[in-house]
Amino acid sequence: MASTAAAVPFWRAAGMTYITYSNICASLVRGCLKEPYRSDAGAREKVHFAVSKWANGKPEKSSIRSDSHSE
Amino acid sequence: MYRQASRRLIQALGNGGRRRPFSTDLPAAPTEDAAFVEAWRKVAPNIDPPKTPLAFMKPRPPTPSSIPSKLTVNFVLPYQSEIANKEVDMVIVPATTGQMGVLPGHVATIAELKPGVLSVHEGNEVTKYFVSSGFAFIHANSVTDIVAVEAVPVDRIDPSLVQKGLADFTQKLNSATTDLEKAEAQIGVDVHSALNAALSG
Repeated sequence: MASTAAAVPFWRAAGMTYITYSNICASLVRGCLKEPYRSDAGAREKVHFAVSKWANGKPEKSSIRSDSHSE
Repeated sequence: MYRQASRRLIQALGNGGRRRPFSTDLPAAPTEDAAFVEAWRKVAPNIDPPKTPLAFMKPRPPTPSSIPSKLTVNFVLPYQSEIANKEVDMVIVPATTGQMGVLPGHVATIAELKPGVLSVHEGNEVTKYFVSSGFAFIHANSVTDIVAVEAVPVDRIDPSLVQKGLADFTQKLNSATTDLEKAEAQIGVDVHSALNAALSG
C-alpha cells in the first residue's frame, strides 16, 4: 500500500488557505488594470466591518475597521 | 496481497447492491416537489398547493443521449454575471493542469483554474478574458459553469504595470526569508507572468 502524500500546492504548504491565495491573485490582477477600470476595481476591494468584544453579556466599545485589501 | 484487497472489495460490493448512479445518469430535475404536494393534499385537499422554489427554477437539463451540438456556458464573477446561458462551440479554460479545451459532450469534470486566459469560441468570434483564479464545473449535460473572483477582458490590462509587477515580485522572491513571504512572492511572479503571456499571446 503506497502512502499517499498528495502533492500540495506551494501556497498550501506555506500555510495559506485557498481563499487567501485566490484573493491575493485577484488583487494583483486588479492592480494591473488600465485606468478607469483600476479605480472601479479598487472600490470592489474595500471592506468595512465593526468588531466588538463582548464581556458579561454586554458589548464593549466597538471598533469600526475599514480595511482595503491587506494580506 | 493487500494490493488485490480493494479490487476484491469493490467487486463484492458492486455485485451486492446497486449503489448510487453517477451524475451522468441522473434524469432531468423535477419541477415540483412530489412529497410536499402529496402531504399538502392530505391535509388541505380543497386548496391548491403553493409553489415551492423548485417550481420557479428552470429544471436542470437532462443528459442527452447523443452529444449536443453546442455548449451552454455560464461565467460568473462575485459582482456580476459575465456570460449567462450562452450557447457556444468551445471554451478553453486555464486549468491548473494546463489549458483545457471544452467541447460539447465533454466528460463531467471539476477543474481548478490558475491565473490565465479563458477564451470563448462562438462561430468565428473569440472572446478572451484574463481570469485570476476560480473553478470550472463541466456537467454531463454539456452545461459549463465557470466561477472566478476577478476576470477582465485582455485589452484592459496595462503592460507597463505588468512588467513593473513582474520585476518587483522576482526581486521579492529572491530576498524572501519566511515560507509565507516566499509563497506570496511566488504567487506574484506566477500571476504577472501569466498576465504577460496573456498580453503577448
